[in-house]
Amino acid sequence: MKFTKQTKHDLITCGIVAAFYILVTILSATGHLSNHFRGLLVPLCYYAIAAVSLNLVVGILGDLSLGHAGFMCIGAFSSSLFSVAVKNSGLPSPLRFLIALVIGTLMAALFGFLIGIPVLRLNGDYLAIVTLAFGEIIKNFLSAVYLGYDEAGIHASFKSFQLQGEGKMLINGAMGIQGTPMDSSFTVAVLLLLITLAVVMNIVNSRTGRAIMAIRDNRIAAESVGINVTSYKMLAFTVSAAIAGCAGVLFSHNTTTLTASSTYFGYNVSIMILVYVVLGGIGSIRGSVIAAAVLYVLPEMLRGLSTYRMLIYSIVLIVMMLINWAPGAIAFRERYGIMAFLRRRNENRGKEGQRS
Amino acid sequence: MILSVNDLGISFGGLRAVDDFHIGIEQGELYGLIGPNGAGKTTVFNLLTGVYRPDEGKILLDGDDITGLSTIEINRAGIARTFQNIRLFKDLSVLDNVKIGLHNRFSYSTLEGILRLPNYFRTEKEMNVNAEELLEVFGLKDEKETLSKNLPYGKQRKLEIARALATAPKLLLLDEPAAGMNPNETGELMETIRFVRDHFKMTILLIEHDMKLVAGICERLTVLNFGSVLVEGETEKVLNDPEVIRAYLGED
Ligand SMILES: Nc1ncnc2c1ncn2[C@@H]1O[C@H](COP(=O)(O)OP(=O)(O)OP(=O)(O)O)[C@@H](O)[C@H]1O
Ligand SMILES: [Mg+2]
Repeated sequence: MKFTKQTKHDLITCGIVAAFYILVTILSATGHLSNHFRGLLVPLCYYAIAAVSLNLVVGILGDLSLGHAGFMCIGAFSSSLFSVAVKNSGLPSPLRFLIALVIGTLMAALFGFLIGIPVLRLNGDYLAIVTLAFGEIIKNFLSAVYLGYDEAGIHASFKSFQLQGEGKMLINGAMGIQGTPMDSSFTVAVLLLLITLAVVMNIVNSRTGRAIMAIRDNRIAAESVGINVTSYKMLAFTVSAAIAGCAGVLFSHNTTTLTASSTYFGYNVSIMILVYVVLGGIGSIRGSVIAAAVLYVLPEMLRGLSTYRMLIYSIVLIVMMLINWAPGAIAFRERYGIMAFLRRRNENRGKEGQRS
Repeated sequence: MILSVNDLGISFGGLRAVDDFHIGIEQGELYGLIGPNGAGKTTVFNLLTGVYRPDEGKILLDGDDITGLSTIEINRAGIARTFQNIRLFKDLSVLDNVKIGLHNRFSYSTLEGILRLPNYFRTEKEMNVNAEELLEVFGLKDEKETLSKNLPYGKQRKLEIARALATAPKLLLLDEPAAGMNPNETGELMETIRFVRDHFKMTILLIEHDMKLVAGICERLTVLNFGSVLVEGETEKVLNDPEVIRAYLGED
């Protein structure tokens, strides 16, 4: 089977993820991983997924969104709501999680679509600010709302209330959703990351992706060859929101207490994910995954160093920036990087083939 | 008639950029639109392609009224263009630039693309074949993997024409295709434009300041001055018209 250069590149990216998974699984089975590190594995995956999803908007579509934590929040809450509601109904947990995943992803897609209608008319800084605002609205709304059911039916309010008789509080204001089943696992998370990669990379390498990148590179020219700018922008934004929602599902099913707090869903999280995207290389899907993994795990592993932690973190940020973006480093990679190595090897092989 | 325009006009604030413009172009013609800087030539292109909505006038493409349609609809109806200041998809490869031009002629759904169903492979292959044929015409096939921003200037202009042709238009508009080219490149471009007309039976309307190119390939001309038609007719007659010479040299 013959692969194009791009397909090869994408397969290597998936291979890196798979290799990481196998390595971690082996190390974990042989008891070489601390509990602390193992606890970082699922978050690492959902931040990687979130970074890939944001890269679809920032790198591929070329629009700056700072609201992705909001879409994660929607995915997290809508899926948890479902899982908590049906927790004791006897639904087998894989099926329950699958349905929760579909719900979380679709809800985030729906909100992405609705928010996209007004927002995607804006450009540049305006778009960034408005998406940031929407993200904050979502988070603040979900941290203020109370939702529960009892014999009298379903109640929703911004004020705390008492349930009558048999009933259950689903969202308890700032206390959020209690008791989401822990259906996430490292294996599930890696699978979702791989699916995300496949979806985004296949979009990028298709007619749809070309149309989206055409809009990024030159909107007027894209229109002049008949590309429907509005609908492709909507498509990219909606898919991106859906994937962010999927990351949110992983998040909420990895914690028993889900709260819409700034630590997890505030604009600072959106910005953190943007940092992953920028340092991984805008438009580089593989870069987003690696940057998310390194930059998420690093500060966590440095907790022991307390005061020096953020200093080291900052230095790593700067070094990564240099490695990724300095012209000299780019030239070096092109000459001596893995792809260049493989290319040379293939060329040499071709020559040998001719000789024999 | 492929293009028939009457009474076309637009104002920007107080400025009457195009006024009472008219033109009629036959199938297969190579037609020139010339005039001094700021005469309104590019604005005419923008009106024809729906970038601006005309204040008044009527545009008929192959008999169909396309006045007031959007850029996208007008491209689908059959007008493609290039730009005075090159507008390529600069971070995409030469091949992808042309394939984006093919966007509406070869289709598969986003889902088919994500799942890589057979239709994806089949259609992509067809697109590649078509795009490479076009690149061949413009001598760009060897550079199909190059990012378009890394092409030399002359080739960027050619790529823009290839991309426009990829939409299979009835009418091709070229806005100063020779701008910034040296005489050698201009000569080559003239050959290419002629070839495109003959090979694709294309109708071409071009804006150009290079009089050698205009005299060399255009069959008829319209001269625009201060937004209105000054003279129109056979190339040779128009270029020797005293009014045209005066418009170009300025009156004093
Ligand atoms: N969007 C716009 N808003 C305001 N004025 C405009 C706009 N577009 C064009 N104009 C004005 O209309 C007039 C005609 O411009 P146009 O670009 O059509 O000239 P041109 O004939 O193409 O000139 P050149 O040969 O320099 O390309 C100019 O005075 C220009 O400033
Ligand atoms: Mg002009």
